[in-house]
Amino acid sequence: MKFPRRRTLPLVLAHAAAAGVLAATSCDSSVASFAVQRTTETEQDAQQLDKPVLPNGDAMRGETLYAAKCGACHSIDQNRIGPKHRGVFGRNVGGVDDYEYSAALSDADLVWDDASLDEWLRAPTKMFPGTRMGFAVGDDQERADIIAYLQSVSD
Amino acid sequence: MENGINAAAVPTENETMSRRGILSAGGAALSAAGALALAGAAAPAMAQAARGDAANDVNLLNAARALEFEGIAAYQIALDSGLLPPNAVGFATLYQSHHEQHNEELEKAIKRLGGEAVGPKTSAQYVQQLEADKLKTFEDILRLALRLERGAASAYLGLIEPLKNTDLHLLVARLAADEAAHAATFMIDLASPISAKTPLF
Ligand code: HEC
Repeated sequence: MKFPRRRTLPLVLAHAAAAGVLAATSCDSSVASFAVQRTTETEQDAQQLDKPVLPNGDAMRGETLYAAKCGACHSIDQNRIGPKHRGVFGRNVGGVDDYEYSAALSDADLVWDDASLDEWLRAPTKMFPGTRMGFAVGDDQERADIIAYLQSVSD
Repeated sequence: MENGINAAAVPTENETMSRRGILSAGGAALSAAGALALAGAAAPAMAQAARGDAANDVNLLNAARALEFEGIAAYQIALDSGLLPPNAVGFATLYQSHHEQHNEELEKAIKRLGGEAVGPKTSAQYVQQLEADKLKTFEDILRLALRLERGAASAYLGLIEPLKNTDLHLLVARLAADEAAHAATFMIDLASPISAKTPLF
């Protein structure tokens, strides 16, 4: 499956958003142009593959969503209830060495990318029955934003 | 955190028989012996599916246990910090005991499913994973408490859909409400803005 690669937003901007500071004008405009470009690529892909694809992700919104929805169990740099997430995009499923995964994840042979993270966040227990993570994100835009954020802490 | 009954390979879809029927047959029908007996009986596929569901639910409930243990440890870190004013000590102790009660409820539910409940990590591990060295003021502690309680409310709501045994739905909804009540008190303490739009969690 072919997905356009996301561009990473500068982390400093993402942090401003998480602190509840409204995005500066320069940030808004960079996101806007970024979004336009991605829409075009995404539409082409959708035509070529005739399949639904994720909407454009916004890493700044993703960071806020991550704090609210994933922060109970995950941190970027600490293993907690779930594994740490820095570097997760592009890494093997179950790939954090010092975290003890369920067999469902440690036996998996797959890399986390747009498509696999999308499938996971839609319904983790359907993708890997037996996993200890049940939390799903039903909204397409929210999933895209969270995945963009995970990528921004992985590049 | 392994619980020894990971049933990742057991298909959970495609069930042809009421799970409740099997689960309620004597309560502990899914203890190892019961599950084996069922698997060897006339309808092994059905028994296997129900056993797979129960094992999957146990894994989800054990993640909730891990979350509660972290919460209990967070309150202990707060209590030991010397940063709490006297009235906050009362709240921290009370809320910590709520989380202990949650874990007792979760343990009972896990045992009913024939599973094994996970225990806590060491306190040193919680100090590290919560980055407790960064907590310098009472407000830092309130912010951590709000973040964890709010996240826990959302996490419990997220368990309703994937849990296959419907008897567990009320349990996790009640636990979510407790976490939301805790979070609300911290929102008031921090004068944290309350969203105009619902749902709040
Ligand atoms: C209730 C706790 C909980 C919540 C909430 C939660 N997770 Fe998880 N997550 C886990 C656990 C536990 C695991 C490990 C699962 C296993 O080993 O089966 C995990 C694993 C993962 C993995 C696999 C990582 C790897 O190294 O292979 C990803 C990706 C992930 N979570 C993303 C998220 C995102 C994004 C959110 C928020 C939308 C989220 N999780 C919310 C508990 C949670």
